[in-house]
Amino acid sequence: MPDNKKIRELKEKREKLLLGGGEQAIEKQKAMGKRTARERILGLLDKDSFNEYDLFVEHDAHDFDMDKKSLPTDGVIIGTGTIYGAPVAIFAQDFTVAGGSLGLMHSRKITKIMDHALKMRMPLIGINDSGGARIQEGVNSLAGYGEIFFRNTISSGVIPQISVILGPCAGGAVYSPALTDFVFVVDNISKMFITGPEVIKTVLGEEISMEDLGGARVHSEITGNAHFFAHSEEECFEQIKKLVTFIPWHNGKKARPFEPAEPLKEYNINKIMPEDPTHPYDIKDVIRAIADNSDFFEIMELYAKNIVIGFGRMGGKTTGFVANQPLEMAGVLDVDSSDKAARFIRYCDAFNIPIITLVDLPGYLPGVDQEHAGVIRHGAKVLYAYSEATVPKLTVILRKAYGGGYIAMSSRHLRADFVFAWPTAEIAVMGPEGAANIIFRKEIMSAPDPEQMRKQKVEEYKMKFANPYVAASRGYVDAVIEPSETRRILLHSIEISDAKDVPMPAKKHGLPPF
Amino acid sequence: MEDNLEYLNINSGLYKTRINPRFRNRKKYKPADPKLIYSFIPGVIVEILVHEGQKVKLGDELMILEAMKMKNRIKCSLDGTIKKIVVKQGAKVPKGTLLIELE
Repeated sequence: MPDNKKIRELKEKREKLLLGGGEQAIEKQKAMGKRTARERILGLLDKDSFNEYDLFVEHDAHDFDMDKKSLPTDGVIIGTGTIYGAPVAIFAQDFTVAGGSLGLMHSRKITKIMDHALKMRMPLIGINDSGGARIQEGVNSLAGYGEIFFRNTISSGVIPQISVILGPCAGGAVYSPALTDFVFVVDNISKMFITGPEVIKTVLGEEISMEDLGGARVHSEITGNAHFFAHSEEECFEQIKKLVTFIPWHNGKKARPFEPAEPLKEYNINKIMPEDPTHPYDIKDVIRAIADNSDFFEIMELYAKNIVIGFGRMGGKTTGFVANQPLEMAGVLDVDSSDKAARFIRYCDAFNIPIITLVDLPGYLPGVDQEHAGVIRHGAKVLYAYSEATVPKLTVILRKAYGGGYIAMSSRHLRADFVFAWPTAEIAVMGPEGAANIIFRKEIMSAPDPEQMRKQKVEEYKMKFANPYVAASRGYVDAVIEPSETRRILLHSIEISDAKDVPMPAKKHGLPPF
Repeated sequence: MEDNLEYLNINSGLYKTRINPRFRNRKKYKPADPKLIYSFIPGVIVEILVHEGQKVKLGDELMILEAMKMKNRIKCSLDGTIKKIVVKQGAKVPKGTLLIELE
């Protein structure tokens, strides 16, 4: 090469830009317990797989003396790479450059990589660490956010979109993660809110810390905005990498298959169900007794624990699990658990992932607060999501399946492909106590010993109806199976459902009860 | 697993299970009492337009509660008398604070 000088010049320019906001700013970032944007990308992607674009982009602002300021890379790093060989497009906001604030060119870099991800049909990962809009750039900054939200929406259901909150993400900025499929947060590092503590204090007189208002725990346990909670950035990256192994690269593909593996011996499916049907057990033990390698990757572990969702593999194929959790709130459906399940069902459907539903619930949670919080509207989401899903839907009724809960949890009537029930299943219009009180009301009231009569009638009802055989006699249940047969029959069902194709009536889009 | 298990009643069935904080801390429902006027939004009482013992009519303006730069007129919920004015002018009140008792 005759012109070594030019190569040297490029190298020098690059080296300077790779430092982002400079050494001092990097020190500050580390003092907050955070990695730099570049370290994060390199830590997440396969070794030597990252290719960066737009390293030389600068801001284009002139007001407020901005024309005299240089902001290297304009505060965001974009590029492509791989995770366990899967292609991903990635951006990471760089807090060391003007607090990672979003100006016009910053947003153009993000939208460039988003366009690329959609066009090339690959997952998009966004690492958020930003003080918010760059005030000096005014409405251009708002335009930038709007362009990002639009692309999040258009890409939704086509490519997987993952948001990682590794710093502040406040004001309008929160809506990009909210529009994506999965949000990852890290304890003490992630902060998300629309209005910060200071404004809340001045306007409303309420005092609250950033952590209590919108920290990682709040969004994992209370709001349901976050799907994965980690104690460190390192743990968070391991979670992201694991998620990527479970999902397809886009909606025209299936997730990559793994080597099939048997569940671990320690999860004995015959020993999980307690004798007393009103006593709890951990539904995750059942999932682990069914899934390959007993590997269950739970999503939203800390939120609405009365329903359990997540990925596992069946015969090497990614499978979504939706299961009532009798250990928490007896496994009832309520506002939060309905939201949680419905969204996951739609995710699985959008990305060609079969769904196994494990049913054990006494119904919906009664109460004024639930009714007033809109349990009708939220509960309807579950019905909607199951009904419209065209991926293979397999249901196993383990124990209680009462009333509306029975219908909602992937019943035959919502077009489950296969419905199985254990002999312990109780498929009925309501629990024996409630049903007996209504049906035998007169007999109980007029009996010499009403309490004795009530007990007797409850027992009668239990004998007659609290079983799987009434539903099986109508064909609503395809087979009553022994727990030990569950994995084998589910593997078979998934295997033969591989080419499932259900034509749906043409429409622009449906109207799920948002 | 036997930790923190309690009984939860769902449609007459009693189930042994864990109770979540949202359910445990849920607000018990109270029917609205038209004799008690509460702040519907946090803010500042900038003006009190009535005094204790005054006769008032449904829809009369009782006080002005400024919140989010808006001056909200708090109106009377029945025909009656001002029994007690609980807050003072200039007071910063959270949402749900009792402002006035009527009779």
